[in-house]
Amino acid sequence: MRIIVLIKHVPDTWEERVLDPVTGRLDRSASERVVDEITERALEAALALKDRDKSIEVVALTMGPSESTGAIKKALSMGADSGIHLVDDALAGADAMTTAATLAAALRDAGADLIIAGNESTDGRGGVIPAMLAEHLGLPALTFVSELSIDGGRVRGERATETATSVVSAPLPAIVSITEGMPEPRFPSFKGIMGAKKKPVASHPLADLEPALAGSRSSASSVVLTCEQRPGRTGADPIVDEGDAGTKLAGWLIERRLAEQRLV
Amino acid sequence: MIDFDDDQLELQAMVRGFANEVVDPAAYEADRTKTLPMEVVRQMGEMGLFGLPFPEEYGGQGGTYVELCLAIEELARVDQSIAVTLEAGVGLGAMPIFRSGTEEQKQQWLPRLTSGEALAGFGLTEAEAGSDAGATRTTARLEGGEWVIDGSKQFITNSGTPITELVTVTAVTGRDESGKAELSAILVPTGTPGFTVEPAYDKVGWHASDTHPLTFQGARVPEANLLGERGRGFANFIQTLDEGRVAFAALGTGAAQGCLDESIAYAKSRKVFGRPIGANQHIAFTLARMEARVHQARLATYDAAFRLVAGKPFKKQASIAKMVASEAAMDNARDATQIFGGYGFMNEYRVARHYRDSKVIEIGEGTTEVQLMIIARELGFS
Ligand SMILES: Cc1cc2nc3c(=O)[nH]c(=O)nc-3n(C[C@H](O)[C@H](O)[C@H](O)COP(=O)(O)OP(=O)(O)OC[C@H]3O[C@@H](n4cnc5c(N)ncnc54)[C@H](O)[C@@H]3O)c2cc1C
Repeated sequence: MRIIVLIKHVPDTWEERVLDPVTGRLDRSASERVVDEITERALEAALALKDRDKSIEVVALTMGPSESTGAIKKALSMGADSGIHLVDDALAGADAMTTAATLAAALRDAGADLIIAGNESTDGRGGVIPAMLAEHLGLPALTFVSELSIDGGRVRGERATETATSVVSAPLPAIVSITEGMPEPRFPSFKGIMGAKKKPVASHPLADLEPALAGSRSSASSVVLTCEQRPGRTGADPIVDEGDAGTKLAGWLIERRLAEQRLV
Repeated sequence: MIDFDDDQLELQAMVRGFANEVVDPAAYEADRTKTLPMEVVRQMGEMGLFGLPFPEEYGGQGGTYVELCLAIEELARVDQSIAVTLEAGVGLGAMPIFRSGTEEQKQQWLPRLTSGEALAGFGLTEAEAGSDAGATRTTARLEGGEWVIDGSKQFITNSGTPITELVTVTAVTGRDESGKAELSAILVPTGTPGFTVEPAYDKVGWHASDTHPLTFQGARVPEANLLGERGRGFANFIQTLDEGRVAFAALGTGAAQGCLDESIAYAKSRKVFGRPIGANQHIAFTLARMEARVHQARLATYDAAFRLVAGKPFKKQASIAKMVASEAAMDNARDATQIFGGYGFMNEYRVARHYRDSKVIEIGEGTTEVQLMIIARELGFS
């Protein structure tokens, strides 16, 4: 059984995120890059299945610039068996549709019994890739699950909603997207870190997979057209509490039509 | 310059993440309740930290003392109790068995120790045999194919945790014609009748680390539990202590670094008299001195560690590192607490814990005076 986990290299969540004023896209070089936490959880889910059944093969797949080999290496140190890296200049700035088409091509090429992804990345936050992949590949999708198991050729998951927990299941092959409700990812061991170097990583340029996509800058959606840095704060008019701050605050809100005055 | 390779840097980053995300949040409560956080220890085991310097055939990670030092340093930044649990678990618990054990002893004990499923202690110190370990009074005599042990030990780390499975004890197993004691090391499993782990000490610091007195009243273990040659107990533990000092120096380095990190952040954010306290040259200079101490400690530590790993003489360097790093920790802890003002005296703050914890780094694994004795001896003065 082969599980492919989609992992993503993203700017560190803890740092402030900035838009590049020229391209209007997230400036991904502005902060340190880390493996997206939610995709580490997706990998943890796959590795937990592998802990129980050693015959399971876990493959980490990422699409991203050449630095993203760092994400693959981390996945291999945590315990993935091999990695696939989709790297092509033509993919810079790919939107969700291009990304999904490219990933689908790679997944078709590699062949997987189960595909596990995070529900949404912490940088783009589109949250649409898993469903798009399911469409591309014609696979059943169990999205937003917080518990996962496989048994007798089926994958089963639990999806928490505000009112109840649904239990969902599908025959394999299938695609699953997981939420923050899944267990935290493990830390790699030193043996894992050293072993990672010996594990195979396939690096595919786009033309290998889907010549139709290569070089076409085929993003159908538009990004932010203009953006500017937020100006510094000016004109602040502090309200000093002299026993009447409540009244002053209310007055301030009413003046700006942020609140209504009612006579009681 | 210390030149770590990529794997070592990655390990360092990984343990740093673990220290910040898992160890640190548990540290205050563990200190307050004086309990070793076993869930944290379990995760350290899973990450292979207890197996770092051991070969894979004994369940180890195939690394060296350098990796062990890196891990201890990162843990000690945020929690010395956890760092010493690792340091003693490896340096005093598993290492003597790896260095001096028979193949059978290694197979029996090491896999569980290197995986962190079990812990072992090393009992050398006695009420009247601390710096002068040669004054050991505990005895072991052979009787019907068994060692019968009588005596007591003091201050033994990791000897009473829920996963402690044995303690290696040094005991007098005979005397030569001149009456000089023959010292040997013997493996005593937890639960051996006649072997009692007494209630834990009420310590100044290292609250979450497990430390007990041990008593032996006719405790019997098989003759095969002798660790190393009979009469070689002294030589064996001297080697253990030389190596252990390097790991202990890493602990001091980490503690000193932790104090510095906290102090820098605080000096930038705490405003007094309308400006950050770091804007006062006195505070900035204090930080500069703290940085210099950490730098010295780290260089000394890894110089000793790289020598050890390369098979070069390292005894003097180990003692220098142990002394310099423990003093860096204590001095930085004192300065950090001062920089934090009243908050530095509150146990929730890391610097307060470092203040209480750092003192013992100058005492354990050979006091500063003992290190000076060793260094002086290397210079030809005894
Ligand atoms: C928290 C903790 C954990 C420990 N864990 C362990 C453990 O796991 N296993 C173990 O075996 N031991 C352990 N120890 C014991 C520790 O190693 C000893 O406390 C230490 O070696 C000092 O011995 P002592 O306490 O008997 O002091 P003493 O030897 O009595 O020394 C008292 C003072 O006299 C000084 N002194 C002694 N001789 C000289 C001299 N010739 N010249 C100048 N000054 C001298 C010493 O430096 C010290 O300042 C631990 C101790 C503590 C506090």
